[in-house]
Amino acid sequence: MRLRSLPRVLVMLSSVLIPISFVGTAAAQEPVPSPSPSPSPSPEVVAPPPATTEVPPGAEGAGGPSGPLPVYGGGAAASKVFNPDIAVIGDFLGAAGKNDSKFATPSLEMHEAELSLQAIVDPYARADFFLTFSPEEVGVEEGFITFTSLPANFLLKVGKMRASFGKVNQMHNHVMPWTDRPLVTQDLVGGEEGISDAGLSLSRLIINPVLFLEATAEVYRGESPELFSAPRRQDLTYVGRVRGFRDVSESTNLDFGGSFARGTAKEGAGLHTSLIGADVTLRWRPLRRAIYRRLLARTELVWSRRDRVTSEQAHAFGLYGSLEYQFARRWFAGVRLDHSERADDPSLVDKGGSALLTYWPSEFSQIRGQYRHTSYGEGIKANEFLFQFQFSIGAHGAHTF
Amino acid sequence: MKIPGLIALALGAGLMAATPARAALNVIATTEDLASIAREVGGDKIKVESLSRGYQDPHFVEAKPSFVFKLNKADLLVAVGRELEIGWLPPLITQARNAKIQPGADGYLDASLNAKILEIPTGQITRAMGDVHPLGNPHFWLDPDNGKRIAKAIEKKLATMDAANAASYAQREEDFERRLNAADKGWQAQMAPYKGTKIVTYHRSWPNFADHFGLDVMGYVEPRPGIPPSPSHTLELIKAMKEQNVKIILVEPYFDLKTPNSIARETGAKVLMLPPSVGGVPEVTDYIKLFDHDVRQIVDAIKATGAK
Repeated sequence: MRLRSLPRVLVMLSSVLIPISFVGTAAAQEPVPSPSPSPSPSPEVVAPPPATTEVPPGAEGAGGPSGPLPVYGGGAAASKVFNPDIAVIGDFLGAAGKNDSKFATPSLEMHEAELSLQAIVDPYARADFFLTFSPEEVGVEEGFITFTSLPANFLLKVGKMRASFGKVNQMHNHVMPWTDRPLVTQDLVGGEEGISDAGLSLSRLIINPVLFLEATAEVYRGESPELFSAPRRQDLTYVGRVRGFRDVSESTNLDFGGSFARGTAKEGAGLHTSLIGADVTLRWRPLRRAIYRRLLARTELVWSRRDRVTSEQAHAFGLYGSLEYQFARRWFAGVRLDHSERADDPSLVDKGGSALLTYWPSEFSQIRGQYRHTSYGEGIKANEFLFQFQFSIGAHGAHTF
Repeated sequence: MKIPGLIALALGAGLMAATPARAALNVIATTEDLASIAREVGGDKIKVESLSRGYQDPHFVEAKPSFVFKLNKADLLVAVGRELEIGWLPPLITQARNAKIQPGADGYLDASLNAKILEIPTGQITRAMGDVHPLGNPHFWLDPDNGKRIAKAIEKKLATMDAANAASYAQREEDFERRLNAADKGWQAQMAPYKGTKIVTYHRSWPNFADHFGLDVMGYVEPRPGIPPSPSHTLELIKAMKEQNVKIILVEPYFDLKTPNSIARETGAKVLMLPPSVGGVPEVTDYIKLFDHDVRQIVDAIKATGAK
């Protein structure tokens, strides 16, 4: 059986290899005036072929391409049409004023360059990669496949992801309405990195006539710097979220959710960190004036419980409240109030307040200023002016909701 | 051990959810124009709903979760295409959990594929030109001939999805085309005396409309597509309008009237708030009424201003 099919394989191989070697030599040679691969006709057959000759479809004589065709690896290879959508977003941050705490940020910083690569994988899935280049490291912020064609209203994501815990944890830097992350994120939910890990995320729409409802269950390897660790294979992190949404009117809607996360504490095996979150967002955007006016009010509350080696559990609570208002086509104003206990030492309470102004020259760039007052738990007070330039090139991404 | 448990749970829940009995085809269109044409073709054999409203800028629709629910139940999604909806439709389709309407699947219909598309850029394009659409101007439904092409595409799609009613779809599509042709004769007759009239539009929403009815768009309130008016551009536009005696400024219902009104004051032109879509104003309830309304408004404005 195997021997009998050998000659056929050889014929197939040779039929593949011979044209390749021909193309290879043709490409290596100097450009020839007539690159047509057909053998040059003998003098007798200069006249056009008789009408009875069948020209195969796709050949030059049947309306197919003429002249030199791109070779594999060449500059014009048609495989480029399958390249993913590529975009780069730059996030430049600056800070002025006084901050003597350990949370102070540099005066000027190319905080992040994010490269996004996004495409449809096959009829059943799409893939999204977000690679970040920051002063300290190059990393995969997210890189996952999404199976879009599962039955029964399921959606499965597999890869490295920002976990579905609350709102801010799922946001990339460039979609946040502030230059920084709220104190509650810094203190209780792992800072800028947040809960971000390799794992699986399965979510399902719960169809009902009253409101949009989505339940998400996620399991991660268990390594989130600042938050979780996985000394053993079974030290997984679990995240759950239920999100509801309802249109109050054509222009107003309410978005709310409850989240849960649990994993092994940094201190080691057998000790756990648990987080519970609640978030509410009210949006108003009149449809006729959608490009000029909008209001977004949001609050997120987080309760943290950490096992400790030396003493009893540490219970900490934090929240932020934020308001963002677009008052002209290119202008946004905002405020944010912060309050958070430290996860390991709830007796230390950080408080802050910010006022923001954002200008959009176009959809693809923005300039933002933020005045921030912070009162850190140790008694340090900071008054800072933070500013940010964001700019995006490449494919037009979708706007997050 | 816990992961397989999770997956088994998911699959179990998946098997329990039974598919409901097939009723009328559920069609979701991204705009009210496409919804109106689908309604003409499908009649009572289909249910049609539009995601955006006619008085809304179709470039900037919010990807609300309530739209995910609508797409989840759709048998067919009809999109304008040419990247009009690029800012909001892709994440909705991903989250819809509906294999039928994924791009490339049978239930995804790009209405632009057979239409006459204008302003397809040639050569290098950059964002210095504003928010240009690399695949051509997506406001192509504003040409009644394209309306017929969209109807034909929807009819073909519905016939393959619901062969039992194919004859009804074909008959309704023919009837729509006949009514549209008859109406178009009337519109052309109304516009005939004013062929070549120069107008200004706010955004590049009207090239197909101008092409079909013989209007000449000589300038835009926006200096570049998607870029808000600038003082220097506005001054240039006022100068050009005065030189060429341009008296009509078309503004879509979702743009601010401040700059158009100040241009009008300087030039003696008339600002015409004109809906580019079905539902843009309450009386425009379907695709044919859209042209009835817009043609009448333009003709009245030209008569009133003596535009050339």
